[in-house]
Amino acid sequence: MSLDPRINRLDLKRVNDGEQTASHLITWEVFHQDKRGKQPVHAGIVHASTPEQALMFAKEQYARRGKTANLWVVKTADVYTFNSEDEAIFETTPEKTFRDPAFYKVRERIEAFQSKNKL
Amino acid sequence: MYGNTSLTAEEAKIVNAAVEDPAKLEEFEARISRGEKIEPGDWMPEQYRKQLIRMIEQHAHSEIVGALPEGTWITRAPNFRRKLALIAKVQDEVGHGQLLYSAAETLGKTREQMLMDLLSGKSKYSNVFNYPANTWADIAVIGFLVDGAAIVNQVINSKGSYGPYCRALERICYEESFHLKQGHDNFVYLATGTKVQREMLQEALNRWYRPLLHFFGPSDRDSQHSEKLMKWKVKLASNDDMRNQFLDQYVPKILELGLTLPDPELRRGDDGIWVFGDPDWDEFKRVINGDGPCNAERLEVRRYAELAHRWVREALMNPKEKYVTPMA
Repeated sequence: MSLDPRINRLDLKRVNDGEQTASHLITWEVFHQDKRGKQPVHAGIVHASTPEQALMFAKEQYARRGKTANLWVVKTADVYTFNSEDEAIFETTPEKTFRDPAFYKVRERIEAFQSKNKL
Repeated sequence: MYGNTSLTAEEAKIVNAAVEDPAKLEEFEARISRGEKIEPGDWMPEQYRKQLIRMIEQHAHSEIVGALPEGTWITRAPNFRRKLALIAKVQDEVGHGQLLYSAAETLGKTREQMLMDLLSGKSKYSNVFNYPANTWADIAVIGFLVDGAAIVNQVINSKGSYGPYCRALERICYEESFHLKQGHDNFVYLATGTKVQREMLQEALNRWYRPLLHFFGPSDRDSQHSEKLMKWKVKLASNDDMRNQFLDQYVPKILELGLTLPDPELRRGDDGIWVFGDPDWDEFKRVINGDGPCNAERLEVRRYAELAHRWVREALMNPKEKYVTPMA
């Protein structure tokens, strides 16, 4: 005798015939915003047939704990990315220090000017 | 929840013999040795992809099947607080299954195909779920010790090289820590309760001791290694190392409650290595090959869920939509 009520109550044979054909629900990329004013952050995916269903599953999967302000879902097929072989195009970006505020240091120059001109 | 997986001699041979483009392989291995993660769109050796799919898929199945023995106790939880915790835990386990199917899916095997392979018996799941939860005390032992063992395994695996698997595991480990705490609470409550409660817990502990030793797979002496899988950070620790870590962490927590373990040989050696009596590895093999107390029942329940509700999925299917592999 099984402890599982499903085993004891259900006529499994009745549903146990026929081959299951593999058919796929599409996937949705889920973005989770934990607080108003914060960026939504990619959390993972869900399988669903409609946006409403995707949101429902996203709520169950990614908003079970903690705070949630909102969830976004986007069809995986609608998201575009660079190929990973193209990663090199970002390689020199950290070298572009002229884009950083810390690159611009004027204090030494001011002090040199001040001492030269006895200010 | 999860159990460790091992390679057969033949599988290890195939993994070790596979030949790949040397330049790409070098770049791939260099990336891993720098501690960088591999992402779905990256080039990867065929055996890396294959072994990861197998491992993550088995892990996913273990979560789904692992929810079954506990799920049956939701209606019989001893009080409302325990029932709430158990419902939350079972929902988490199924959610973990979904997260893991998604991670495996990024490697190119669809979730439907994985579910079909579970039903046909082609894919395995952790052996520990082929044992019954006869009493409420079994739920305490599962929640505390099976989840404890799973956390040892999952924390180690979360340091692996495949990005989507690591991300899923980080979320999973966070939630599992709640499972462990509520399991420990339940365990301590019974251990410090009435004589009947203590006896019930001790009996459950005696039943689960061997399956827990089996949990991490055969001894390193009897299992196949693949240097490649270690180098590629697919497998990160040996079965014996993980088992030892588990015993180190949990045996004291059992003994401090005045409970015993059904193994006179069990002791911690001076070198920090635990010694234990033969946990009957033949039984492990028998159960893994389908001849355990609950193997048939577990698959039957899954088959029922899959087939009885097929019409719902078919009704939801939109034939105009094109399936693409998820990206992360």
